[in-house]
Amino acid sequence: MSSGAGAAFIGTGTAVARVGEDARAADLLAVDRLHTYYGKSHILHGVSLSVGRGEVVGLLGRNGVGKSTTLKAIAGIVHPSAGEVRFEGRPITGLPPHRVARLGIGYVPEDRRIFPLLTVLENLRVGLDRRGVAKAKKALLLDKIYAYFPVLAERRHQAGGTLSGGEQQMLAIARAMMLEPKIILLDEPTEGLMPRMVSQIREIIEALRGEGVAVLLVEQNVPLTLEASRRIYFIEKGEVRHHALGSQLHVGDAVIHQYLGV
Amino acid sequence: MGVPLDQLLIQTINGIVTGMILALVSSGLTLIFGIMDVVNFAHGELLMLGAYVGVLTLAATGNFWLALLSAGLLIGLLGAAIYLVTLRPLIDRGPLTTILATFGISLVLQNVALWQFGPVSRKVAEPIGGHFTLFYLDYPWYRIVVALLSAAIIGGFWLFLKFGTWGIWIRATTQDRVMAQAMGIPVPWVLTGVFAIGSAMAAASGVLFGPLSGVDPTMGLGWILRAFIVVVVGGMGSLGGSIAAAILVSLLEAYASLWVSPSQAIIVSFVVLIVTLLFRPTGLFVAAPK
Repeated sequence: MSSGAGAAFIGTGTAVARVGEDARAADLLAVDRLHTYYGKSHILHGVSLSVGRGEVVGLLGRNGVGKSTTLKAIAGIVHPSAGEVRFEGRPITGLPPHRVARLGIGYVPEDRRIFPLLTVLENLRVGLDRRGVAKAKKALLLDKIYAYFPVLAERRHQAGGTLSGGEQQMLAIARAMMLEPKIILLDEPTEGLMPRMVSQIREIIEALRGEGVAVLLVEQNVPLTLEASRRIYFIEKGEVRHHALGSQLHVGDAVIHQYLGV
Repeated sequence: MGVPLDQLLIQTINGIVTGMILALVSSGLTLIFGIMDVVNFAHGELLMLGAYVGVLTLAATGNFWLALLSAGLLIGLLGAAIYLVTLRPLIDRGPLTTILATFGISLVLQNVALWQFGPVSRKVAEPIGGHFTLFYLDYPWYRIVVALLSAAIIGGFWLFLKFGTWGIWIRATTQDRVMAQAMGIPVPWVLTGVFAIGSAMAAASGVLFGPLSGVDPTMGLGWILRAFIVVVVGGMGSLGGSIAAAILVSLLEAYASLWVSPSQAIIVSFVVLIVTLLFRPTGLFVAAPK
């Protein structure tokens, strides 16, 4: 290990305390000792993490350690057996997913889950047509999204299922943005995408941050996660094992190898 | 054995008229199946109760449109209540549970009707009288009206699905229930609403068909059987497929009854069903909007 990487390496205990305190000042989302079961198998063993307002936080770990389940539990799709999720200080554990979404939590699942027979515009309207959004505001939101993703404007009357993988990923993120979320839960957005698209996803995350939207990013792509995230949690066997600032980690670090190497 | 052209034409019209009512009955059934994977065995009884509400309203007010409206509203509410009380707690328990539950509801509703209204079939005067001459037949205008009204209700519903916010919600929920909810759609209400709409459509077809056949507590049985055939042949959950299959099956039955008695002609429907299940079990027609 080089000396530079050694300096960047923060011991688990102090890192959690120091970085955690830093984030608590403006906690948007707090996950507290969450446990979930899938049938009889215990998936999450007390995951705790927090995301500040407008903060990009990465969640790294091998396959099947519970990263996606953590996002699903926050979104209300998976019901935790113990623990609490707080959003803007209010407990939201056990709320049905549609109530969670309306609070301002956008969920972009791993397999995108575009509504295949709805047009691009209809996919967007799923999130846009809610009470309390004036017509002018809707038009404004749509224009903004179309400016970010011109390809979606081009294909607005095409069925979602006919888009390419990258376009579907854009649509999934755009659809979540229609909720005007305060945070987006982004599950492996670069999976199966061409390199050109990966750098575009990187830009989108940056743009979200610029808008003040927090992102909880689950990824396998380590360079992207290190670059995009302010803080990073490492998950192993359904638990947060390590926690560090993104700027202090490098792709070759021992900690990366420890939690992600095969 | 040549068939005269006039008979063929008459049967074509007959087939289309029955086909449109059958399409109306099947639309509700396929819609409910598509969105919540529930095969509603009580659908025929909702049709029957709708017909009774129609009969009673017609007797009290003499207004056919009011009868149609009140049957749709009342049975729609009944459908919503049935959904909330019995199906909602069972919805993720697998098909057998919901089949048994709806089958139980159908028995209850049938016997309530028997107890309240008696077993004797009630004749209902055609609310729109008059005939026109079709070759050597006096063909009642009401049958044409029934076909047009059924088409209008289905068409209106299609527009509702295609353009309204609720329509988008219903289609999104049909395609991916979990993701729909994660996008903020109040899925429990959408499901309740869909059950109510499906029930109202069954009730409307009961009111429309009452004057043609008479109204009795078991009138739902014949319809539900044919509606199931139509839903399977059209592709379960596909609205367009159901409409096409309803017309196809009814036309084939109408043509078959040129040679055999109408009660034997239903065999043709079963043949279509079996052939479909053998060679194209997902249904003959795949159509949007789902």
